[in-house]
Amino acid sequence: MSRISKDQVKHVAHLARLAVTEEEAEMLTEQLDKIIGFAEELNELDTDNVEPTTHVLELKNILRKDEVKNSVSVDEAMKNAPSERDGQFKVPNILE
Amino acid sequence: MSILDKKISELHQLLHTKELSVTDIVDATFDRIHQVDGKVKAFLTLNEEYSRIKAKQLDEKLVSGADRGLLFGMPIGIKDNIVTKGIRTTCASRILENFEPIYDATVVERLNQADTITIGKLNMDEFAMGSSNENSGFHPTHNPWDLSCVPGGSSGASAASVSAGEVLFSLGSDTGGSIRQPAAFCGVVGLKPTYGLVSRYGLVAFASSLDQIGPVTRNVEDNAYLLQAIAGNDPMDSTSAKVDIPDYLASFTGDVKGLKIAVPKEYLGEGVEPGVKERVMEALKVLEGLGATWEEVSLPHSRYALATYYLLSSSEASANLSRFDGVRYGLRSDNSENLIEMYKQSRSEGFGEEVKRRIMLGTFALSSGYYDAYYKKAQKVRTLIKEDFTNIFEKYDVIIGPTTPSASFKCGSMTKDPLTMYMNDILTIPVNLAGVPAISVPCGFSDGLPIGLQIIGKHFDESTIYRVAHAFEQATDHHTEKPKL
Repeated sequence: MSRISKDQVKHVAHLARLAVTEEEAEMLTEQLDKIIGFAEELNELDTDNVEPTTHVLELKNILRKDEVKNSVSVDEAMKNAPSERDGQFKVPNILE
Repeated sequence: MSILDKKISELHQLLHTKELSVTDIVDATFDRIHQVDGKVKAFLTLNEEYSRIKAKQLDEKLVSGADRGLLFGMPIGIKDNIVTKGIRTTCASRILENFEPIYDATVVERLNQADTITIGKLNMDEFAMGSSNENSGFHPTHNPWDLSCVPGGSSGASAASVSAGEVLFSLGSDTGGSIRQPAAFCGVVGLKPTYGLVSRYGLVAFASSLDQIGPVTRNVEDNAYLLQAIAGNDPMDSTSAKVDIPDYLASFTGDVKGLKIAVPKEYLGEGVEPGVKERVMEALKVLEGLGATWEEVSLPHSRYALATYYLLSSSEASANLSRFDGVRYGLRSDNSENLIEMYKQSRSEGFGEEVKRRIMLGTFALSSGYYDAYYKKAQKVRTLIKEDFTNIFEKYDVIIGPTTPSASFKCGSMTKDPLTMYMNDILTIPVNLAGVPAISVPCGFSDGLPIGLQIIGKHFDESTIYRVAHAFEQATDHHTEKPKL
């Protein structure tokens, strides 16, 4: 039995904001199935009483003083914008 | 001997006695690049005009007797996922083809303070995902030892440029072996520092809990110089550790008497080529001859590291790479009517195949209904892998094994099956998961291609790694071998 279906792949692509063709969806289904199958070897291990590691160093929340500092200027922020108007990022229609 | 074959300390001596100027060094660097980079193809962007101006400024400083930085006048190449103000930074991705950062990464700022000269930006696997440089969105880089072979990856060009003598040293980044594996393949020295030792501010994030920037050099001494300049706490990186930075150059005592070495049997087992095993056994003999002892140990969970790594790194990548949306920077597709379509089209046109595959895997592993089974499970196995290392370091000073299971391979020979390519990193990945530091140093050849010896240390104990690597280097002449180009 396959671990992931083509429909699932299309749904995941939508979540990831990627456009996939039928052909790509098929190839990804096959490849992801293989990789996920490989990853399932982790199930051999009993991890019921193991704490997950999110971070290797024991760090606590890092706080800093709430001070006003220089920030990026509008000109700099717009420097790499693909589309811009009056110092604002321009995007296609959001509302129909 | 070309001036580019010299060590930093030797070049500094020649600058001090005025036998050499910074301009001489920069001229020699660009002469070499123009001579060989057509074959190696390490650079994505050259910074020639600026480099020559900066060389003149530094020469004036030399004459005036002003204070000189630690790496005064030294030419450096920087991996193209580290942002450089005003110098195009692409991550070897079409999505960032024309991206010009508005700030310098902390490491770049520190290099500038140390008076280095940024010669140019180096090719890589797109967004650091890959082990051969064949995933670059622009062109592959070639191995200077055999141009039909890969330089490794993802910091393939960081290693190839140093090996080819194009730059004195370079910066790479290492998420699952991306500094050490190419260093091994190209016969140079590459260090992945302890997680948190070097600031990640300005490193375009791939997998934030694993990524580290590190130095690639031709010898161990230069490596320590470069680490000294970039290590240390940075308020701009909240995962940066607050630790005292030792004098790494003081670790070169040459003394490894009584050093206890652990050799994991999993690192010399199935899948590791005979030529690699032989070189590692010879290296252990050398260290024994210097008074160290070694014993076989086990890292029982290392066989689960690859699967753990791909789940965790892809999950983190899928979140990190969501910032590329075609709005604030990067490529925007013209083929869309509405916002969601614009996101989808821009990302699909801009990202390469491997990057999309990992975003898909990560999004799947994090998606509702699968999070516990894949992502959380992998985080738990990460704990077990980390504990393996903790247990061994209670009794031993360093862990030694090969950096990679084989020497470099032919371009195009592994691109068909992603899983085969992933196997390249099987000996380097556990180190990233545990967050410990490790170096790859040249330890000889197999069929004419370089082999790397991996020396793994305790958290924040780069000094011991350097001491062992340096003692080994002094006792052998592998690092003096150079590719014929």
